[in-house]
Amino acid sequence: MSHHSSNEVHPIGYGIFIFVWLGLVVLTGLTVVISGIHIPKLAVLVALLVAATKSSLVVNYFMHIKYEARIFKIILFMGIVTVTVFIGLTFFDVLYR
Amino acid sequence: MKSIHALTVAEHRDFEGARLGMWLFLITELILFTGMFLLYAMYRLKYAAAFHKASLELDVVIGTMNTLVLLTSSLTVALSIEALKRNSRKLSLWLLGATIFLALVFLVNKYFEWGAKIHHGIYPGSQELMQRNLGEVIYFNLYYAMTGLHGLHVLVGMGVLTWIFVLIARKSRKKYVVHNPHVEQLVGSEIAIVKGDKEGWRVDKIDDNVEQVEITITYEPKSGEVDLPNIIKLENAGLYWHLVDIIWIFLFPLFYLIS
Repeated sequence: MSHHSSNEVHPIGYGIFIFVWLGLVVLTGLTVVISGIHIPKLAVLVALLVAATKSSLVVNYFMHIKYEARIFKIILFMGIVTVTVFIGLTFFDVLYR
Repeated sequence: MKSIHALTVAEHRDFEGARLGMWLFLITELILFTGMFLLYAMYRLKYAAAFHKASLELDVVIGTMNTLVLLTSSLTVALSIEALKRNSRKLSLWLLGATIFLALVFLVNKYFEWGAKIHHGIYPGSQELMQRNLGEVIYFNLYYAMTGLHGLHVLVGMGVLTWIFVLIARKSRKKYVVHNPHVEQLVGSEIAIVKGDKEGWRVDKIDDNVEQVEITITYEPKSGEVDLPNIIKLENAGLYWHLVDIIWIFLFPLFYLIS
């Protein structure tokens, strides 16, 4: 009775998922095409940027983060911060050794 | 005097808590794969040319195909959850079946891909590979380790989705057993089962000789009715499946598309 709202089921709509999937397919095509163009140094960055965009689509829509309570966003954010610190410190160590 | 003791049958349900737990688990998965991606990044910095050369040996067509297969399977599982929430059990099962099928397609592709490489003598520790320069050896070791760990996740995800498919497909029968430890409160009353307003059966009278009262209710849902707890199970399995998809989203450009 008290926590009724958290157990409710919220449908979102089929259309939005199909739309997101189309976006993901287009972005996949984009990465493959871009990898064929010779852009030294920037290539990795562009590939990672496209991958990050695809991931954020999956996380926000397929994984419902956009519609979840704030605590979910905080947990995900903390996770990403933790991982970023790992990556940052490792690069700092290796590049300036 | 007639006194009525109501026995409440309640299941513990906390969908939000269940999803939160799943997300915490997914964060640990994120950290696990970040470790591997970092290893990859450091060696790619050191052996950029060798990584590029070795990556040309992977089949971009199979890689792209598998990317599309996983993206589509993410869509079908998301739609399957949506269908179950809207009480369309049959549609949900079809979409879930499609997801499991696509997972299988991914693994079969992977089997042929690995098989071809192994056939050419390229696998960790092989004579052929050990003759190459260190950068290429590291590239292929990382390739097998990372796509292998990812493949293992696909296999586990497929297993979990199949289990939930069975749960949803099966007509679930629930049995509630109610124990009332305070028999003394019930002494003198009668146990009656009442259905609706009219039907009622007098079953028994509780006197001092009764030591324990136990009531068992077996609940059979109508066919086609969606069992609510199955929705959260499918949602959590879906979250896991999307994570598998996201990891592949990064693996694909990093191993197949080094320009």
